Amino acid sequence: MSAVFERRLLTRDRGAGLLQKFWQIPWPFVMLLSAIAAVGYVALYSAGGGPEAYASKHALRFGFCVVMMLCMGMVDIRLYARLAPLAYLGGVGLLVLVALHGEVGKGAQRWIDLGPLQLQPSEAMKIILVLTLAAWFQRASWERVGNPLYLLPPLILVLIPAALIFKQPNLGTSLITLMLGGAMFWAAGVRWWKFAIVLGGAALAAPLAYGHLKDYQRARITTFLDPESDPLGAGYNIIQSKIALGSGGMWGKGFMQGTQGHLNFLPEKQTDFIFTMIAEEFGLVGAMGTLALLMLVVAFCLFVALRCRHQFGRLLAIGLGTNYFLYIFVNVAMVTGSIPVGGVPLPLISHGGSAMLTVMAGFGVLISAWVHRDAEFGPARD
Amino acid sequence: MKWPRLRRAKSGIENFTMRGVKLEEERRRSVFTRRALLLAGGQAGLFGFLGHRLHTLQVEQGERYATLAEENRVSARLLSPPRGRVLDRNGTVVAANRLNWRALLVSEQTQDIGATLDTFHRIVPLQDHERTRVERELRRRRRFVPVTLREFLSWEEMARIEVNAPDLPGILIDVGTTRIYPQAEHLAHVVGYVAPPAESDMDGDPLLQLPGVRVGRAGIERFHETTLRGRAGAVQLEVNAVGRVIRELDRREGVAGQDVEISLDSELQRTVRGKIAEGTSVVVLNARNGEVLAMASQPSFDPNVFNAGVSAAQWRQWTSQRSTPLINKTTNGLYAPGSTFKMVVALAALEARVTTPGERVHCPGHFDLGDTRFHCWNKGGHGSVDLRQSLKVSCDVYYYEMARRLGINRIAAMSRRLGLGVPLDIELPGTRPGHVPTREWRERQGRSWALGDTVVHGIGQGFYQLTPLSLATMSARLATGRAIQPHLTRAIGGRPVRGGRAEDWPSLGLNDRDLRLVREAMWAVVNEPGGTALSSRLPGALGVQMAGKTGTTQVRRVSREQRERGFRVESLPREWRPHALFVAYAPYDNPLYAVSVVVEHGTSGSGAAAPLARDVLVEVFNRFRTQPAPGQRIAEGRG
Repeated sequence: MSAVFERRLLTRDRGAGLLQKFWQIPWPFVMLLSAIAAVGYVALYSAGGGPEAYASKHALRFGFCVVMMLCMGMVDIRLYARLAPLAYLGGVGLLVLVALHGEVGKGAQRWIDLGPLQLQPSEAMKIILVLTLAAWFQRASWERVGNPLYLLPPLILVLIPAALIFKQPNLGTSLITLMLGGAMFWAAGVRWWKFAIVLGGAALAAPLAYGHLKDYQRARITTFLDPESDPLGAGYNIIQSKIALGSGGMWGKGFMQGTQGHLNFLPEKQTDFIFTMIAEEFGLVGAMGTLALLMLVVAFCLFVALRCRHQFGRLLAIGLGTNYFLYIFVNVAMVTGSIPVGGVPLPLISHGGSAMLTVMAGFGVLISAWVHRDAEFGPARD
Repeated sequence: MKWPRLRRAKSGIENFTMRGVKLEEERRRSVFTRRALLLAGGQAGLFGFLGHRLHTLQVEQGERYATLAEENRVSARLLSPPRGRVLDRNGTVVAANRLNWRALLVSEQTQDIGATLDTFHRIVPLQDHERTRVERELRRRRRFVPVTLREFLSWEEMARIEVNAPDLPGILIDVGTTRIYPQAEHLAHVVGYVAPPAESDMDGDPLLQLPGVRVGRAGIERFHETTLRGRAGAVQLEVNAVGRVIRELDRREGVAGQDVEISLDSELQRTVRGKIAEGTSVVVLNARNGEVLAMASQPSFDPNVFNAGVSAAQWRQWTSQRSTPLINKTTNGLYAPGSTFKMVVALAALEARVTTPGERVHCPGHFDLGDTRFHCWNKGGHGSVDLRQSLKVSCDVYYYEMARRLGINRIAAMSRRLGLGVPLDIELPGTRPGHVPTREWRERQGRSWALGDTVVHGIGQGFYQLTPLSLATMSARLATGRAIQPHLTRAIGGRPVRGGRAEDWPSLGLNDRDLRLVREAMWAVVNEPGGTALSSRLPGALGVQMAGKTGTTQVRRVSREQRERGFRVESLPREWRPHALFVAYAPYDNPLYAVSVVVEHGTSGSGAAAPLARDVLVEVFNRFRTQPAPGQRIAEGRG
């Protein structure tokens, strides 16, 4: 019943359809994102010692992104599936461009300067990859997914951007891209034993790979293993972050009262270490509350994935959820000294446009998947 | 590879039965659901890990990290307390703190450090080595830490800097303190001086690590170092990651150094110093309680020079000079006492009962011991002399005989009781205790002590090494019969210290009759015709009389040939002439002041030392007649 209704809605009555779609938008989810952005506003207000430095820009940026996300949410989900190959080519093209002409930041070519906007193609590439893989697997039957030859093209689709990002060099994002691809393969139904082979191979290749790492990347790993070995050098960030977190205690030092952040002991407190700032000023309670909000986003992605009636939407939702989860986990694990430091922001909370823009674009597609959860795609093929 | 198309949804129906599609779709869906839930479970597990990690850091180890954060944030800095002053007995400041105006440069407040330094150089010329030092410090320190360009700015230099302030961004005028000695060279030997602490001065007081702090190097400044220094205050500052001060959290004021009042009278000191030539030492004590009223040693030095640091050339000049300006001769000059020692031998002889006050000894002008002949200073001899007469005319033969009867150890014991050859409690670090020989001392050197040695030591010649201060102490002890100790400190922080009253000092335990006899003989030295210092008696208008004793000590041995040829001391080069000594106290009948005078190469005690002692005592009486005399204060205290 509803499928028929949806089809008519999508194809015939576009004007009325837009209004219908508008009501279909998952408003609680939009409220959730706004709540997270509000947490970011508070943290950035504190980090900047007032709204001027970061918080105002953050709010403005979020407002713009919300509008963009809602617009994207009302675009037909099948259009995204069709545009995926084009987006993939565009994304890889940008990665090549950044490798040739990118701005150098912290010893790596990551940015492309487009006048008012600085674009970080590696962030956008993760969303594009999710789209592309979802499009690839959306018609694949269980038998077909079992065929190794069928898996070769998507594997290449994952490895090309991962290699380009690694060459920037940005080890962290490169690994996240690989993990994201792995999650997609997993959700698409690739057999258990294939994962076992790849993981085993990776474990064997790890010592070899260590030899190819840049010095600063190796320093991160050694520093992670023993931060106190170089307290004023590479280990400084981890130590100061842990001091800030730990000194927050259960209830925190209070808004604008974090000594580690306000006295600049905490490095990059408005970007990568914004979670530390929250934990210092609002304690374990504030940190866990923030984590809970972020978890709800991932949970909503799962919810969308389970409710979707087409494989494209399912894979898309689970992929976007995993992408967001990886941001959160890597960032929080990094600031708590649980994994080596790598410049991964906490999207919607950290200061910085690139991550927020791409993440919100991804949520736009997610909303579209929700709105068009009953859209009809072609059946799976052998 | 074909990409899924939207349009294929319709044509797909033709190729598959609805049933097959449904089954396939169901299978795909169930696989996805299973795997998505597994993935979600994994993610939930990792969230759990993060939560556990946060709990560990923030709750279990929270206290530890809170301490670390506090250590990061709080920086304690020391506050330097003002150093205590040194005042003389009248409250005149003899060591104080003066403001020291400095020019500082804060490099972060100027665009171009080189240009600022050049401009500063045009206003206040900087030496090349100063500029190198400044540039080195600028490189080493953080950009907001001031670097000293120049200390001790004059008013004129400050005015020029202030006028040109717009052209001197980053240059500040700051005020610190430095030590000043208004009496300059007059009290240098007593008050001492200060200098930056050396490694050996580090006694654990964190104050000593502050820049610009000074410690006492000599004299009162050194002896009362901890009193004058005070205790450092502390300020707790909140600092940020680069060490910039954000705000003050807590301030604990230090304890200022306490003022030290010394017994010296700087007016008297100046007058006395005006009367003496190079190589002369004068000590004036309050005979009742041992307070040092004047302590002069020529030449001296200006302690203010030590503030800015003494140049190598200046130091070489001071240390190579024969007249040793840095050395306080009243405490560190060592002399044989000569005839001023005869009171010691007399008292020892009376106490040991080897003689009686009435016994007469015949002086033919020499004293024979075996084959050796010891001469009296008076070739013609003094005839028959008793104890009183022997002191009055300073007969050597009498004391040769007494020494022979006593032996050196009994002489040494008496001299130590009178303050000779023993460490004194004077607050001047480095003071020499002097030396009085004993038989055992000589034997420890691997030599034997001959009776001839004892005889020579009877007249204060030989191995004695005594300071003018100890001679003045002896004089005061003879005058009062009490074991007074010479001292300088009268009050610390306004509270009087012990030793100000005569009763603070124990009796020497000498027989009163013996003491009276010796005192009377000393009176006769100055006031009776025939006394060796008759010409130096106090002017009658003063209304007081003094008691004293002359001394002349050979620097070189007089050979027999010289003696037979009619030796005249005036023909000797100056540095071979004998030293002239005089010890005295006054008034004779109510002793208030004790004096010792040593004139190096002064030729004769009666000719050079006694007149000087008289002049000094006249000044002392003139000075203290117009204000409460130290002795009167004591008298009131006793009443």
